[in-house]
Amino acid sequence: MEQIALKPGDVIQRHRLSTRLWHWTNALTLLVMLMSGLMIFNAHSRLYWGEYGANDDYAWLVIDDAGDTGFVELAGIRVETTGVLGLWTDSEGEVKRRAFPHWMTIPSGYDLQAARRWHFTFAWILAVALTLYMLRSLWNGHVSRDLHIRKQEWSPRHIWHDVTQHARLRFPTGEAAKNYNILQKISYIGVIFILLPLIIFTGLTMSPAMNAAWPILLDIFGGRQSARSLHFIAAFLLVAFFFVHIMMVVLAGPINEVRSMITGKYKLPGKAEPQPGPALPQGDPA
Amino acid sequence: MTDSRLVLPRRKFLAGAALGGSGVLLAGCDALTENAGFRQFLRSGEALNNGAQRLIMDRGALAPEFSAADISPTFKANGSISGDTPEYKAHVVDKFARWQLRIDGMVRNPLSLSLAQLMAMPSREQITRHDCVEGWSAIGKWRGTPLGLLLKQADLSTKARYIVFHCADMWAPNVPYYESFDLIDAFHPQTILAWSMNDNVLPVRHGAPLRLRVERQLGYKQAKYVMRVEATDDLKKFYGGNGGYWEDAHDYDWYAGI
Repeated sequence: MEQIALKPGDVIQRHRLSTRLWHWTNALTLLVMLMSGLMIFNAHSRLYWGEYGANDDYAWLVIDDAGDTGFVELAGIRVETTGVLGLWTDSEGEVKRRAFPHWMTIPSGYDLQAARRWHFTFAWILAVALTLYMLRSLWNGHVSRDLHIRKQEWSPRHIWHDVTQHARLRFPTGEAAKNYNILQKISYIGVIFILLPLIIFTGLTMSPAMNAAWPILLDIFGGRQSARSLHFIAAFLLVAFFFVHIMMVVLAGPINEVRSMITGKYKLPGKAEPQPGPALPQGDPA
Repeated sequence: MTDSRLVLPRRKFLAGAALGGSGVLLAGCDALTENAGFRQFLRSGEALNNGAQRLIMDRGALAPEFSAADISPTFKANGSISGDTPEYKAHVVDKFARWQLRIDGMVRNPLSLSLAQLMAMPSREQITRHDCVEGWSAIGKWRGTPLGLLLKQADLSTKARYIVFHCADMWAPNVPYYESFDLIDAFHPQTILAWSMNDNVLPVRHGAPLRLRVERQLGYKQAKYVMRVEATDDLKKFYGGNGGYWEDAHDYDWYAGI
């Protein structure tokens, strides 16, 4: 069967309905999870490794205040963060001594119980939506066709080529833009099949009742406090993914990219092939 | 290049919209937190979590137990660090020699037991992890009388559905600490009234003479300074009606398995 090669400017069906639905459900849910999670963290802004950990035990990460300064202490190295972390001023001009500032948390004021309710209710949406999306994507071939990394893509040369192309902000055009590139595949697989399950299961590991029901969780993550640390690290990695993701969307053409995630229609990027007609004015030769 | 002129304002617009959007989102979330209907929606999460955990967890599933090497060097004393009532202070002075635990309410055989009597009964020792709702954990060794044993001796009524624990620490005038849970946790083998901690007599800052251990739930359920155990069929009869001090005062979840 002969296929006509796609060219820049062609509009294709890019994202399935299941992908679009999950993307936006997940985006909103993760935002609520992050912001309510930061509020919960504010109740005890220290992280430990192992089964136990409290104020007298060594914490690998501390966000706190010392008099009139806020600071973050990572593995014993202290960085002053007054105004943003550890010590900040709220919207009423009151000085607060909490790790994350009001504009990052749900609710904006200190309220452990309300934050827990938000977190544990939206956790259901996160977990159920992810499970359904995983099943749907396995079923409809999204995983095997679009996300599956082919053998030749694993070659270091191929990966390095993609890295350098990304670094030069040269993105695939035309036919090549139809498929996810290797870096996209690695990030999406990493988020869907590693980071999100990790954050869900480390979250469950913090529940004392879950420890009785599924004690293996503690063995997998090395204790409740390790699970809490991994939960925070996974959240941080998801935030890092978010920023790179947004940057890529902006660089690749935000209107086209956002539209494709809403309507599914995607215009293949790149300069359209010259059409017969009056010559275009020439710019400076690059 | 008409595109760049078009795209830049668009980008500025998007950035502005994102910033403005996050402000609206925050204000919206705070408003939702206060909204009665939305609070009910969030509360449904609690019921769902309680139900799901009961579904996947065997009634008798044990909380993990640890070895002596795992015990926290310092066990953080949190919440009250002493009972507050004049009676309690008098008991501390004479080392709880005249103190008695009352077990009453919906029981056919109300009991009054001295500390010596409790300590003479069969006991259970367990090294378990204490998890504060705030996020920290501490591991300690507890020895105490199984609550189920006491409830059997008191001949619990078949009408009883909850066990309420009355404590000697006051959080405001006429606002004593109290806690409660259902009969599944009441008869769980690891649910004990502990009188010993880390091989010593339970210290005052950790709840002397008697502290509850209900190991599959969070720290605020582990009532200290327990003076009286009462069986009931309805938590509405007690104080704020939500089954515990934190539940009444700060809307904490009554089921604290998460």
